[in-house]
Amino acid sequence: MTSVTEASTLSSAEALRARRKARLAHSLNRAAAALQIVGFGWLTPLLRMAAGDSPRQQGRELWQQMGVPLTALMLFLAAWAWLAPQVNTSLGAIPGPAQVWEQVGNLHADHQAERAKEAAFYDRQAKRNAELLAKDPAAEVKSRPYAGKPTYLDQIVTSLKTVFTGFLLGALVAVPLGVACGLSRTVNAAMNPLIQIFKPVSPLAWLPLVTMVVSATVSSDNPTFEKSFLTSAVTVTLCSLWPTLINTAVGVSSIDKDLMNVGKVLQLSGPTMVRRLVLPSALPYIFTGLRLSLGVGWMVLIAAEMLAQNPGLGKFVWDEFQNGSSSSLARIMVAVFTIGLIGFLLDRVMLAFQAAVSHTGTR
Amino acid sequence: MLGSAQAAPLDVEKDQLKLGFIKLTDMAPLAIAAEKGFFEDEGLSVTLEPQANWKVLLDRVISGELDGAHMLAGQPLGATIGFGTQANVVTAFSMDLNGNGITLSNEVWERMKPNLPTGPDGKPLHPIKADALKPVIAQYRAEGKPFTMGMVFPVSTHNYELRYWLAAGGINPGYYAPNDVSGQIQADALLSVTPPPQMPATLEAGTIFGYSVGEPWNQQAVMKGIGVPVITDTEIWKNNPEKVFGVTEGWAAKNPKTHLALVKALIRAAMWLDENNNANRAEAVKILAKSEYVGADAKVIANSMTGTFEYEKGDKRAVPDFNVFFRYNATYPFYSDAVWYLTQMRRWGQIAEAKPDSWYDETARKVYKPEIYLKAARLLVEEGKAKEADFPWASDGYKPLDEGFIDGIAYDGRKPNEYLTKLPIGLKGGQAVQGGQLVGG
Repeated sequence: MTSVTEASTLSSAEALRARRKARLAHSLNRAAAALQIVGFGWLTPLLRMAAGDSPRQQGRELWQQMGVPLTALMLFLAAWAWLAPQVNTSLGAIPGPAQVWEQVGNLHADHQAERAKEAAFYDRQAKRNAELLAKDPAAEVKSRPYAGKPTYLDQIVTSLKTVFTGFLLGALVAVPLGVACGLSRTVNAAMNPLIQIFKPVSPLAWLPLVTMVVSATVSSDNPTFEKSFLTSAVTVTLCSLWPTLINTAVGVSSIDKDLMNVGKVLQLSGPTMVRRLVLPSALPYIFTGLRLSLGVGWMVLIAAEMLAQNPGLGKFVWDEFQNGSSSSLARIMVAVFTIGLIGFLLDRVMLAFQAAVSHTGTR
Repeated sequence: MLGSAQAAPLDVEKDQLKLGFIKLTDMAPLAIAAEKGFFEDEGLSVTLEPQANWKVLLDRVISGELDGAHMLAGQPLGATIGFGTQANVVTAFSMDLNGNGITLSNEVWERMKPNLPTGPDGKPLHPIKADALKPVIAQYRAEGKPFTMGMVFPVSTHNYELRYWLAAGGINPGYYAPNDVSGQIQADALLSVTPPPQMPATLEAGTIFGYSVGEPWNQQAVMKGIGVPVITDTEIWKNNPEKVFGVTEGWAAKNPKTHLALVKALIRAAMWLDENNNANRAEAVKILAKSEYVGADAKVIANSMTGTFEYEKGDKRAVPDFNVFFRYNATYPFYSDAVWYLTQMRRWGQIAEAKPDSWYDETARKVYKPEIYLKAARLLVEEGKAKEADFPWASDGYKPLDEGFIDGIAYDGRKPNEYLTKLPIGLKGGQAVQGGQLVGG
């Protein structure tokens, strides 16, 4: 008796454990997909190992996912550190990783120093105004915003704001136009030559035109948006809307004919058709287009900022180039890495967004 | 005046301003006025923004994106007479005297050096004249290499200084014509535009054999061992006017008090820069070296800002007046300075036709606004921030006969046409450039 019950409790406990393990493995698999999308795929083997999976197999997986990229990165840093000092420019040798890292610290210190100056400015202003009021309660006091230089972090924020504005403007134009092109062969035939001609135009060619048009149309003394901001954003729009437009059109035109027929049988109105059938089925294509657009927009923005001297990371790079001090090259490299890293993050954000909306997180 | 030192700031029309500048040490008055709180004292909140090149800077002032800017003295004049972009730009503040140099590549220097007279210490005698460069240019020509040099802008001081120096040595720097604005007609030395900070890199790349530019780009060449500054502009024309602070005529009319407040702050900055025999220059160097202003290494900037200049590596000489910001009435906008620039525009064909002397005077009065300057100075004196004796209250805007030129030709701003006839190379009288030839007379 006793032995039987023991055996049964034992086996039920085992079964329980097995079931729990299976559940854990299942949720781990789901987490793995999500982690993969956001770029943390290398965490999966670690989690699996922690959950008690075969360390050997997971170890190999970990090496693939984390070891290889890290080793490659180390090799790159080593090659950089070794090769850089061998190239002598008129601004001194090309900086290695250590000097670049030092400039990251300097830029951060600059930022903090500027913030301290800002605080001091507001203190002085408050004091001055208080004194004025103390002398004459009816005195008209003015408070002015601080007019210091934009720090590196400010420039990053400016660039991000600009790229998103330009990108959203582009999406607002490209998605409806793409849907129209996909649905109607006539519209498509009409739009096609324009798309083919404008798509390959470089941002640097658009910029002078955009600058002149924006300057002519924005004439008020205190416009809501700075002219320089609009110039950059509109250039981004013009260059980045094409991938979304083309992908949307392709996505819409390749919708399953049966689905469209069902829609017709149900006598859905045009807008309902678009909302219920066309957009959902074309969504993966639209998102692929948006991802490409954002990538293009980011590249274009930096070029536009450099050329037009509009605030942002591009201006930072150009200013440093013009400074020609011994730390300029290292600072430019900080900007290069920042631009790359932000571009990568933007892509990841869009990918995660795509996965969340369309359930097909293909890379 | 009561409680003079505590006078309330002017009731300005516009209190948030954006001013442009080019990364050169002579933008110092702007940086100092910002850092030392002189703008703030006038109730102004000023953002200083570096610009990519002189053309972008001028265009942005004209379009209103910038309220005003550090400009080449020739820019407001060129814009007003319609050479390049046409717009009415005025100035009430001259930013500095001197501050430029001419640098030649190491190779050109090596070829030129044997032609130079040397002093008892074996070092070349200064000032170095372009006569010594003439045979070198002939050598280059014989080798089939056109002799190219860089300057920063067609109406820049640097262009006119380089041309003056070359022409004084018998080298023709070329003419401009209405249908050919390259400025290379009949040229022995071909001058082309390169933005200041790119000069050293362009020289190093071998695209140009020399250049004329402001600091720190001459000392940078010495530091990097890529070129040798042969002459500073104070040796070409002693205490020549350099940059101005320019705003559009429309802006000045709309914001008269703001304009006055700006000029007040800038005068104070210039005074600070020259105070106690340049005692503040070391601090100024530190400020200019910040990445948001000039951004070059402090030791490069210090070389010229503190009264010395390094010619050939190791040949450091005292040039106490290399940068003058206030003494010798440096900040007063003299009509005669404007007229000199106009004579050079005429000399090289940027002004295609002969103009009467009265035209020179009228144009100068259209652009240079000493009355605003004096108003600002008067306010500063009343507030106890400046000394009465420091300003030329009685001046009629014309400096006395100026004999400080390298070729000894005297300049009288009241007689521009007579001055033009004295200059060896260049248009004079009714001459014009047609089809690549000088015609008329």
